[in-house]
Amino acid sequence: MLSRVADSIYWLGRYLERAENYARFIDVNYNLMLDLPPGMDEQWEPLIAVTGDLENYKNRYTQSDRKNAIYFLAFDEENPNSLLSSITRARENARVVRENLTKETWEKLNEVYLQAKQGYKAKIWKMDDPRGFFIHIKYSIQLLYGIADNSVARTEGWYFNKLGHYLERADKTSRVLDVKYHILLPSPEEVGSPLDYLHWMALLKSVSGFNTYRRAYGKIVPNGVVEFLMLDKYFPRSIFFCLTEAEECLYKISGYSGKGYSNSTEKLMGKLRSRLEYADVNEIIKDGLHEYIDELQAKINDISNSVHDNFFLIKDNFIQQQTIEE
Amino acid sequence: MLFSTYQSGGNYDEMFTTEGECRDHYVAFKTALENIPKKKLYRLQHSTDKAQMAMGMTFNVYHDQEGLEKILHLDIVPRIISGSEWKKLEIGLEQRICALNLFLQDIYNDRKILKDGIVPKELILSSKDYLEPLVGFTPPKSIWCHITGTDLVRDQKGNFYVLEDNLRCPSGVSYLLESREIVKRAFPELFNKLGVRPVSDYPIKLLNMLQSLTGKERPTVGLLTPGVYNSAYFEHSYLAQQMGVELVTGADLLVQDKKVYMQTTKNLQQVDVLYRRVDDTFLDPLTFNPASMLGVPGLFDAYKAGNIALANAPGTGVADDKAVYSYVPQIIKYYLDQDPILENVPTYLCEQQDHRQYVLDNIHDLVVKETNAAGGYGMLIGPKSTKQDHARFRDLIKNNPRNYIAQPTLSLSTVPTISDENIEPRHVDLRPYILYGDKIEVLPGALTRVALVKGSLVVNSSQGGGSKDTWVLYD
Repeated sequence: MLSRVADSIYWLGRYLERAENYARFIDVNYNLMLDLPPGMDEQWEPLIAVTGDLENYKNRYTQSDRKNAIYFLAFDEENPNSLLSSITRARENARVVRENLTKETWEKLNEVYLQAKQGYKAKIWKMDDPRGFFIHIKYSIQLLYGIADNSVARTEGWYFNKLGHYLERADKTSRVLDVKYHILLPSPEEVGSPLDYLHWMALLKSVSGFNTYRRAYGKIVPNGVVEFLMLDKYFPRSIFFCLTEAEECLYKISGYSGKGYSNSTEKLMGKLRSRLEYADVNEIIKDGLHEYIDELQAKINDISNSVHDNFFLIKDNFIQQQTIEE
Repeated sequence: MLFSTYQSGGNYDEMFTTEGECRDHYVAFKTALENIPKKKLYRLQHSTDKAQMAMGMTFNVYHDQEGLEKILHLDIVPRIISGSEWKKLEIGLEQRICALNLFLQDIYNDRKILKDGIVPKELILSSKDYLEPLVGFTPPKSIWCHITGTDLVRDQKGNFYVLEDNLRCPSGVSYLLESREIVKRAFPELFNKLGVRPVSDYPIKLLNMLQSLTGKERPTVGLLTPGVYNSAYFEHSYLAQQMGVELVTGADLLVQDKKVYMQTTKNLQQVDVLYRRVDDTFLDPLTFNPASMLGVPGLFDAYKAGNIALANAPGTGVADDKAVYSYVPQIIKYYLDQDPILENVPTYLCEQQDHRQYVLDNIHDLVVKETNAAGGYGMLIGPKSTKQDHARFRDLIKNNPRNYIAQPTLSLSTVPTISDENIEPRHVDLRPYILYGDKIEVLPGALTRVALVKGSLVVNSSQGGGSKDTWVLYD
C-alpha cells in the first residue's frame, strides 16, 4: 500500500472516530444539564476542557454558555477539531484515497458530510433541543462502520484505518474520564451526592457504557468507573481494550507474530499496553488520576508520531531521488 | 401534453423532425415520458441533482471550502442514438483513430507524409506539442493514442462532423458512467424496453487495454494524477477505483535504474503501466519542464528503455493540434487509401495567406479558435461577439497566425431538455470514447454535453454546460 494512502486512511479513521465522539459528548452533556437541580448553571466548559481546545475557546469566546459551546464543538471552522472540521477532514482524506474505498463507504461518508453541513446551515446550536441532529450524526457514522465491517477486506488498509480508529478512541476515553477532574461540584461535601452520581453516570453514558457497567459492577463508585473505562478487558471503549486492538493492528500490518516487537512503534505500544495490563486502579487514583491520564495521552501521541515515522514518512533515499538535479 | 409547445427552431432536433414528427427511435421513449406526470419528472430531476452531490460527482478546483465543488448538471432526458446511426459513427471513428495513430508513428519516425508533402513539414515541426525527445521512438505495439475522446456535432441537416480529436488526456468518461447509473434510477423500466446498450464494462476494457501494453502476466498499473486539486480529480479517482489500480501522484513514484517504483509502507514496488493524466511536458522535469512538481524525475528514460508503458504516449498532442486537424481527411487517405467516413468541419488555417484573408474579412460569421487551447477558452464566436472582440481577434491572428484557425458557425443539433418551466430544445455535442489496445473499440455510449442556456452554443463544463446520458440502441 502506498505510504501516502496509508497515511490518509489512518487519519480517516481518527477523524471519523473523533467526530462520532464529539456528537455523543454533546448529546450526553445536554442530557446531563437537564438533570441539574434548579438554579445551577449549566457546565459546558469542562466538556471543552476535555477536548483539549479550551485555550482556543477562551481566546475567542467570553461566555461558556450552551450555544457558544455547541457551536464551538460542533461547527466552528476555526476549531480544527470541531465535529464539522473532523468530518470535513475525514471526507477530504477519503477523497484523496477514494480509489481504495468501496463506493458504498465513500457515498455514505459524503452523505454524513452533507448532513453536517446541513446542520451548520440550519444553525443547530441555536435550537432549543439540538439532540436529534447529534444522534443522527452518531448513527450515520456507526452505519458507516457497519458498512465497512461487512464489505472491506482485512488487508493493510483496513488495519491502518482501525489503528487510527482505536488510538483516537483510547485518547477520547481517557479524556472522558478526565472530565470528572474538571467538573465542579458545588462543594467538596458533595462527593458521593446524587449530583456526583449524575456525573459518573453521564461519563458512562457518553461512551455507551452505562448498561454494561451496571451489569459488571452494579454500584456506581469512582474506582469502579475508572477501572471500567481504563482497564476493562472486554469493553470496546476501555483504554486497555483499544490499545490491545491497536497493537493487534500493528502486528497485522508488519506481519509479525505478536511476540515481542518488530519495529519501534510496536515497542512503544507493547510497553504502554502491558503497563495498563498490570495496573491497579487504586494505585492510579492514589497517585493522581489526572496526572496518570495526562501521561497516558502523551504516550498515545508518541505512538501516533511513531506510526507516522515508520510507515508514512517518505524515506531518505526517496527524497534524494526526488530532488536530484534541481 | 409535454411536447405540445416544443419548437426546435429550425435546428436539427434529435427527437423531432422539422415537421414535428417524433423520430422512430424516440417513439417509445416519448410515450413513456408522456406517461410521467410533469411534477414527477421535475422531482426525478431534483433527486438526480441530489444524487450527484451525494456521489461526490463534482468537478472544479477544490479549496476545502463550500461552493467550489460543483456538480456537472445532468439533465435526465437522454439523447438517443439509433443502432444504425451509431454503426456509422463507430466505423468512422475507428478509421480516424487508426489513421491518426499511423500518422503519429510516421511523423516521429520516417516522416514519409511530410516528405511526400501531404502535410506541411513546418506545421508539424513548429507545433509545440511535437516532442523532440520522441523522435525515433516507437511505443509498445506502435500504439500512441490509447484513449481518445472525439468531439462530434451535427449540422442543420443532421450530418455528423468531427469538431476535434482529443488525443491527450480526454476527460469526462466517468461522468458518462456515473450518469448512466443515475438515469437508470430515474427510468428503470425503459432500458430493457428500448434496448439500450450497456457502458458499465468500460473500466474493464480500459484495464485490459492498459495491461496489454506490457508482456507481463499481471502487470502493476497505476493512474498518475496531478492530485486532489486538479479539476478532473473525481474522474481520476473514480477510474482508479473502478479498475482497482493504484492512484498515484508524482511524489509517490521514483525511478531507479530506469525502472519506476512506488513508495509503499513496506518497500518499493515496481510499476509497469501508467495511465497518466498529467500533461506531456509535466511528466518528467529532467526531460521536459524542469519546474514541474507533478511528474517523476527520470520517468522518460524509463519509458524509452521500455520499462514502463504510458497511455497515452507522450507526443500525441501534435495530432490534435487544431491546425493539424484540418489535414485529417488527407491523413486518412494517405495511410488507409480510403475516403473519410466522418467529415471534418471546414477549417481555415490562419497561417495560410488566402485563408487568413478570408477569416479577417468574415470574422463576424466564424468561430475562431486557438490551435492548442481547450475547455472553451481562447475562442471567439463571431456572430455572438462585439465589434471590439472582432478587432481584438483580428490583431491576435495577425500577430500569430499559426496559433489560430477558424470554422463556420455550425447550428448544433438540439435535444429536449428540462428547463425551469418546460421542456425546451438545447444545443448538444457528442463525445464518444475510443480505446486502442489489441483492437480499436468504441464505447457504445457517449458524453453528450448540453448548453443549458437557451440559444447558447457553448457546451463546455467550464463555461456553464451540462451533460446528458447518451443511449445507443441495439438496432
